[in-house]
Amino acid sequence: MIDQSVLRASSIAAILLLALTGCDKQEVAAPAAPAVENKPAAEVVVYSTRNEQLIKPVFDAYTQQTGVKVTFVTDKEGPLLERLKSEGENTQADLFMTVDAGTLWQAAQQGLLQPVESVSLQQDVAENLRDPGKQWFGLSARARSIFYNPTRVKPEELSTYQALADEKWYGRLCLRTAKKVYNQSLIAMLIATNGEEATEKMVRGWVNNLAVDPFPDDTLLLEAIAAGQCEVGIANTYYFGRLQKTKPDIAVKVFWPNQGEGQDGVHVNIAGAGVTAHAHHREEAVKLLEWMASATAQNLFADSNMEYPVNWAVKPAAEVSAWGDFRPSATNISKAGELQAQAVQLMDRAGYQ
Amino acid sequence: MPFLRIALWLIAAVAALPLLVVLSSLAQLETTIWQHLISYVLPHVLLNTLLLCSGVLSGVLLLGVPLAWLVAQYHFPGSRVFSWALMLPLAIPAYVMAFVQVGLLDFTGPLQTLLREWLGQDLRLPTVRSMGGAVLVLSLSFYPYVYLLARNAFASQGSRALEVGQSLGLSPLQSLWRVALPLARPWIAAGCLLAVMETLADFGAVYVLGVDTFTTAIYKAWFALFSLPAATQLASLLIVVALALIAIEQWQRGARRYTPAGRPPAKRQLHGWQAGIATAFASAVLLAAFIVPLLQLLVWVVKAGWADIDARYIGFIWHSLLLASMAALVVVALALLLAYTRHRFPTRSTQLAVQVARVGYAIPGAVLAVGIFIPVAWIDNQLIALFGLHAPIILKGSVAVLLLALSCRFLSVGLSPVESAFQRITASQILAARTLGVHGLELLRRVYLPLLRGGLTTGVLLVLIDVLKEMPITLMMRPFGWDTLAIRIFEMTSEGEWQRAALPAVILVLAGLLPVIILIRTGDKQSDE
Repeated sequence: MIDQSVLRASSIAAILLLALTGCDKQEVAAPAAPAVENKPAAEVVVYSTRNEQLIKPVFDAYTQQTGVKVTFVTDKEGPLLERLKSEGENTQADLFMTVDAGTLWQAAQQGLLQPVESVSLQQDVAENLRDPGKQWFGLSARARSIFYNPTRVKPEELSTYQALADEKWYGRLCLRTAKKVYNQSLIAMLIATNGEEATEKMVRGWVNNLAVDPFPDDTLLLEAIAAGQCEVGIANTYYFGRLQKTKPDIAVKVFWPNQGEGQDGVHVNIAGAGVTAHAHHREEAVKLLEWMASATAQNLFADSNMEYPVNWAVKPAAEVSAWGDFRPSATNISKAGELQAQAVQLMDRAGYQ
Repeated sequence: MPFLRIALWLIAAVAALPLLVVLSSLAQLETTIWQHLISYVLPHVLLNTLLLCSGVLSGVLLLGVPLAWLVAQYHFPGSRVFSWALMLPLAIPAYVMAFVQVGLLDFTGPLQTLLREWLGQDLRLPTVRSMGGAVLVLSLSFYPYVYLLARNAFASQGSRALEVGQSLGLSPLQSLWRVALPLARPWIAAGCLLAVMETLADFGAVYVLGVDTFTTAIYKAWFALFSLPAATQLASLLIVVALALIAIEQWQRGARRYTPAGRPPAKRQLHGWQAGIATAFASAVLLAAFIVPLLQLLVWVVKAGWADIDARYIGFIWHSLLLASMAALVVVALALLLAYTRHRFPTRSTQLAVQVARVGYAIPGAVLAVGIFIPVAWIDNQLIALFGLHAPIILKGSVAVLLLALSCRFLSVGLSPVESAFQRITASQILAARTLGVHGLELLRRVYLPLLRGGLTTGVLLVLIDVLKEMPITLMMRPFGWDTLAIRIFEMTSEGEWQRAALPAVILVLAGLLPVIILIRTGDKQSDE
């Protein structure tokens, strides 16, 4: 009795192994290739937590314009940081790109980035959306604002993030999980402007007002507002933009909070990047960074996800402009990193899951 | 044969390396973070984890064992299809199952929206984003482990014991309870172990379902409090729990032997209401765990995802299948080696080595990935320094290292069915073969492999599907440009684009079906002969 399934499986394996050796020549991993000495075509390697469908069009456009090849790998924040750290000087990464300031701040803190002196970056990127130590720079701005159901809430009833803690919102508020870094950054920035005590009181009020357990993502939250499960909530604007595309008449509207005098404006986080400490293609990396922040590329970078340019001189996409103007927070976004751990602990104490 | 034992220890050592990296963190204790975790996080995540694990354990037992018994013992309408179709839910990753069920069953989903239109807008139903929902979703995802292994057991246990039971006046239900179940215990326990370990390691599904478990605390320490040491310290507790679970599973097996007596039992025909109940039960599980989720995914693909399809998907499918097939064969070959060595030399030390090699399955994937990446990067850096190389990497980003990492994670999945299969080999079979002059590799090929066929096939299948679904290790260890379907899903879900993730998810399910069907059909044809 011959074991057919095992035989069949091993013949499949043999074919696969043959195929593998035949067609997967790895340019990068080949140990014998003295890549540096032969002066190959210019190249930049990017480690990114911003996902492929958002960055690939940008890099493709750059390659088309300049001939510089951009190679990238995507992963989550934690693993990428550990990867950079354990690779040390031998890292292939020239740029580290993320979708929040906290991770960039952390990378700089751990010595994984290096400062970049660049006049154009200083000019193009709004001052509070880049590292005062010049190690990282915002590339697009992500506004986290208040959304409401216009059939149940009048915009006059809304004012600030803090006011959502008021008892009148009891059983009417929807929030996303505190595990998402966007909420951690929001709370960190509120701690920076209002202090820890007031912020903790506010978070307790929010938790008390929840209509339903926090949502795993902003899309579900916005749909719940539209369906009447709750009436008001906090979300990133590009989720709203995406929803509007599929459901143009959805019963949700945006409200820009904290616009009054003495108030800090709408919370804005960044997608951004910094040059790694051991970049092998430092000059090329800086050039790519400068290009992404420049007026020519800002729309390409921000519009792909309906975000805002970090270069205030550049207009956002038409559908984004349609939501109206607002004053963004002027506090430096590095606070989001500095106070993130504090914010997480505060939310744990207040019972915000 | 010292070669075997050396190989065994070598495999165990490699598998233990990432665990040692994780455990080495115990040296530096971060007191403030620990104080915070103990006061505000651990009490409720520990309770949740306990509830979730016991819930999932009950769930997979209640679904997996009865279904396995039905298809192994009886003919009823659809039983031939059910016997292979009931394992299809394995092809849907738990995190995908979670977001599909939330999409279907939550307040804004089609079901509740429809009910509100009929019964009034004030209708409020319990939410699937809860402990109960998580138990349900994970049970539907993981019951096939128990089902597959239990089906193997029931189909291979021989009819003599059941016949004796019947001659003593046991009803069919009594003989299931008093004869078949005790005889199938190692298989059922092995399946339960896989389900519980996978529950312990899960992060994606519980995140979507809003249940904070121990894994949530690990990720909180790492990603939110920026303390990898605290995260790995938490993970090392998980290693201890996993070792304890493995020890329990081994202990309940004890010194008993589970060799079969008599020919495999002939299936009996169910009639009337009994046949109706059997068909209804199997259909209900298949609908809830596979057909409805797949339909929902297809609806999303039609609504949102078609635009994303392009020629690159050929590469994603190819990489997924290639990686999964290679990993499945490597893992099952290693599992065969481990189980055989242990079978030949059942000493305490070989048992310990095999148990250590299994723990990787209970650790959250991203933590294990870091545990593997750190030593690999270290070796790379040493080699580069030693030989003054200009190449930035040597081992990292090679398919071989990726395979090694995947083997660390999934060895347990390959071992469970293979080890169980060894239980069916009688000493007299081997003795008889030796008396007839069959030795060495010949013995393996002509006696062991045929006897282990069911277990090996199950092992290949389980590992293959698990690797197809795997995300964190592939993310961290993949060579540049080596994207798979699971990585496509990650790209979409990382910004909450669940509906766009439906396209790679559907293709992942379909790609997983291909090898499943090939292997099952081979297996079935042979067992029918």
